[in-house]
Amino acid sequence: MSEVRVAVVGAGPAGFYATERLLKAGLRVELLDRLATPWGLVRAGVAPDHPNIKAVSRVYEKTAALDGFRFHGHVDVGADISHEELLARHHAVIYAYGASRDRRLGIPGEDLPGSHAATDFVAWYNGHPDAADLRFDLSGRRAVVVGNGNVALDADHALEALAASRIEEVLVLGRRGPAQAAYTTPELRELGELTQADVIVDPAEAAIDDESRAWLESDAADGTARRNVEIVGEYATRPSADKPRRIVLRYLASPMRIVGTKRVEAVELVRNRLVHEDGRARTASTGETDKLACDLVLRSIGYAGAPIPGVPFNERRATIANEGGRVAPGVYTAGWIKRGPSGVIGTNKKCANETVAALLADLEAGKLSALSADDLDALLDERCRDRIDYAGWERIDAHERALGEREGRPRVKIVHREDFVARASAT
Amino acid sequence: MAYVIAEPCIGTKDNSCVEVCPVDCIHPTREEPGYEEAEQLYIDPDECIDCDACVEACPVDACFAEDQVPDEWHGYIAKNAGWFTKR
Repeated sequence: MSEVRVAVVGAGPAGFYATERLLKAGLRVELLDRLATPWGLVRAGVAPDHPNIKAVSRVYEKTAALDGFRFHGHVDVGADISHEELLARHHAVIYAYGASRDRRLGIPGEDLPGSHAATDFVAWYNGHPDAADLRFDLSGRRAVVVGNGNVALDADHALEALAASRIEEVLVLGRRGPAQAAYTTPELRELGELTQADVIVDPAEAAIDDESRAWLESDAADGTARRNVEIVGEYATRPSADKPRRIVLRYLASPMRIVGTKRVEAVELVRNRLVHEDGRARTASTGETDKLACDLVLRSIGYAGAPIPGVPFNERRATIANEGGRVAPGVYTAGWIKRGPSGVIGTNKKCANETVAALLADLEAGKLSALSADDLDALLDERCRDRIDYAGWERIDAHERALGEREGRPRVKIVHREDFVARASAT
Repeated sequence: MAYVIAEPCIGTKDNSCVEVCPVDCIHPTREEPGYEEAEQLYIDPDECIDCDACVEACPVDACFAEDQVPDEWHGYIAKNAGWFTKR
């Protein structure tokens, strides 16, 4: 068969695992990303104090060295070029651009100064270009993080790690109990290992209700929930070590409004109880309310994907509508935009492999149509003048590492578009 | 630190961990020589990035972070590492 060309949109883990599988099957891949840089959330979402997790990028570097691979940074599919234009120039397109929007709380006061998306905060802390110009006022003493996923814990971690932060206490609010929390075990365990902060859990709030207990003991429960409950239980009995800062994990509480005249002054909470139905634990309000004075609110109740015009989208799930990765003839999806924001990095390998297996089966069955246009480079040259190729990224990478070396850090990140462009073409 | 595969894998070799390992550090894979003879799967401590994917995937709870390995299976830390040095 003559050359088969696939466009993969999004250069994060899912995009790279899909690319690896396609290249190893002998296809060519054009990998596009809206940012200048590859690795997606491995670069922008994994905290700098997790260098071992960041090291997963060495696997993606191997993929990038395979024959048939090209990278195009600063190409925003859906804005710079349309879905139809991209599909016409490839036998297939795989969308793997993740879920970058944050879910909003939908409560009064959410837009007061001092109330932010935790994703923005974590992105800012991680040097994401979209967040480079954001400002966070960390002069207050108490922060409330709403949500019980890894981003909530990351935000927490970042607040503790920032030298500029004067925050002494971070409250993390979960609307349900420890058995229903969405964070993964190593992240939860790490909180307990921070040198600058005690982890505090009220034993009454960590208590597991009978139905949750029965669920945990059944085959329906996953090991992560069991291990999380164990760790939270340990935190609840742990004596304070009088560290300078405190992280308080609160459960069964939902924010009702954020109050303040000019900026965030407090969060009003309602206490919840769990209602178990069809194997799922929902919350019901007890009517009991509480008011927590605070200076900063970070909401972290999940990521949501954004649609690309012309690509079928499931609004309710905030994912591209798909079956096992198949979207429409020649159109596929992988990663968070396929299945929603869940799992760890490795989950995306299995997810992307399923998608590529479907694509290769369709190719074998003659279902992928021929190219109707073949001028990708000309189109990109015309629309994306700031385009960065893989050699350009390697120059950026070397520059960032060199800057970091002077400061004794792994790297100092470039965050502005014009700096990426200048550095990518520098010699 | 690295992750370690312990006793429950013996005779199981479910391979769910291999499917999700982001750095392909679990061996032997079904395609590699010695797969049939190997009594269990092993994590290469030099390659492992501590991401926890294998722990979540394993149906028999055989995978552990090194500092979480139950006492009775402590020997599996050296057993995992040893499988890679003798190759």
